Amino acid sequence: MSAASTWTIAAVRDALKSKEISARELTRDFFARIENRNRQLNAYLALSLERAYAQADRVDAMIAKGEALPPLAGVPIAIKDVISTRGVTTTCGSKILETYVPPYEATAVERLERAGAVILGKTNCDEFAMGSSNENSAYGPVRNPVSLDHVPGGSSGGSAAAVAAGLAVAALGTDTGGSIRQPGACCGVPGMMPTYGRVSRYGLIAFASSLDRIGPLTQNVTDAATVMSVIAGHDPSDSTSAAVPVPNYAADLEKPVQGLRIGVPEDYFGEGLDSEVREKVLAGIALLEKMGCRRMPLKMPHTDYAIATYYIVATAEASSNLARYDGVRYGLRIPGATVGEMYRNTRERGFGPEVKRRIMLGTYMLSAGYYDAYYLRAQKVRSLIARDFADAFQKVDAIITPTAPTPAFRLGEKTADPLQMYLADIYTVTGSLAGVPGISVPCGKTKCGLPIGMQVFAPHFGESRVLEIARAFEKASTATP
Amino acid sequence: MDLKISREEVLRVAELAHLELTSEEVELYRGQLDEILNYIGKLEPLDVSQVEPMAQVLFAATGAAHPELRDDTLVPCDVAGAVLAQAPDAKAPFFRVPKVIER
Repeated sequence: MSAASTWTIAAVRDALKSKEISARELTRDFFARIENRNRQLNAYLALSLERAYAQADRVDAMIAKGEALPPLAGVPIAIKDVISTRGVTTTCGSKILETYVPPYEATAVERLERAGAVILGKTNCDEFAMGSSNENSAYGPVRNPVSLDHVPGGSSGGSAAAVAAGLAVAALGTDTGGSIRQPGACCGVPGMMPTYGRVSRYGLIAFASSLDRIGPLTQNVTDAATVMSVIAGHDPSDSTSAAVPVPNYAADLEKPVQGLRIGVPEDYFGEGLDSEVREKVLAGIALLEKMGCRRMPLKMPHTDYAIATYYIVATAEASSNLARYDGVRYGLRIPGATVGEMYRNTRERGFGPEVKRRIMLGTYMLSAGYYDAYYLRAQKVRSLIARDFADAFQKVDAIITPTAPTPAFRLGEKTADPLQMYLADIYTVTGSLAGVPGISVPCGKTKCGLPIGMQVFAPHFGESRVLEIARAFEKASTATP
Repeated sequence: MDLKISREEVLRVAELAHLELTSEEVELYRGQLDEILNYIGKLEPLDVSQVEPMAQVLFAATGAAHPELRDDTLVPCDVAGAVLAQAPDAKAPFFRVPKVIER
């Protein structure tokens, strides 16, 4: 295989089975690719070489013995740096955790390795997953491999860029308000947010607990289904994980989409939507109709309130979750004469501007006298947004929207204006608030060659439906030039 | 300019959040928080008097009345050494901090 070729999970499987390449050779090949490209892209923050080669050797031993291979045997995978990896530095893109080495493993990572995956390393992200461009990382921005002057999206920018550049076959990201789907759209790869509770968050370092989810970024939708089948399912270590049986996502994937009712909410096609994005997403919807989907008009009247609601709920939860970084138990400590001074010194030096801004905002919203006006009101509007989805799913099987209002923007374009940056999540936060699953699937490029994403939502635990539609679309859109 | 949030409020919030802000940061955040609070104000006209807050996501998703709870049983948990190894300053079995005095 040439250095430029893109490996999929199926391609890895075939190559290992036919002994065209060994797991060790493949791992070495990926580390060489990373060595070549990472200085430019800044997608990886840390590599786990020892661990990767040890796992590759285990896979090679299984192949030598002719044993049945688990679903991700030898597949090189990257992990977003907000997900704990035992013995491998996990910084969350923050100075406050620069030296933190988790003493335990996230369940999602453990499940990947048990399925044979080779963990290559940790990917860059916005600090504590707060951002839409990856420019909030304390370790520098990630560049979009499609166009180096552009952001890769965020906050899972390193994961999306690594997959898009072929520096990993797949990656785990996390999505709180769009942080898997939007970078997937920006970099031109599928990015999936499962239902809230579908994938264990044990070991995911918390940003906003009622919103955070772990999910895959992959080369194609089939690979997303394969990774989902491995990481989904109840985990006794996470009390918010759901005890709902996990279907075989890969088996449902090739079902015909004929007759499915797809809702197209007009509220997602209004002011602020880039004309090229609109054109490609509408063309994508037309293609689904050509395959026999029935397009239904929809109204989701509370869509316009989603960003305001999200930034109240998410910052309130963040201010509470991030109170734990105080220099006492792990990470950075900047000494002080009193314990209070130590807390303040540590947090002042350890957190970047966006994290401080959100802690301030969340603390304000939760403070005496403001709680009812902001947080309680937002939780009520959140119910209305969730009801919009529940009502829609009475009439349709899935909802199709643009993933983001614009293609990837230029580095530095929105850093001075936090509110403008927040609006990049305008079409993704709705599903985050409602708890439903969604995917961003590539649906063409702008004239300048920037990728565009189309988003598919389905009811709670309807991952199969999301994947099935995304797969049918991917297949049809790559077949017709 | 008349901002929704005063300089004193910014300082009070910073104190609550254990953040030590420089005077430039105070002004920067004051302006930015004000802009965001103004934007968030768009929720005000909505009538939510008859709406229950969405306090739990999983209940809506699974229809369950309560989350799945595991049995309350003791399991071996010998992690103190590994946990203390991450501390900036530890003296087993304790984390060490500057002497706590009245603020």
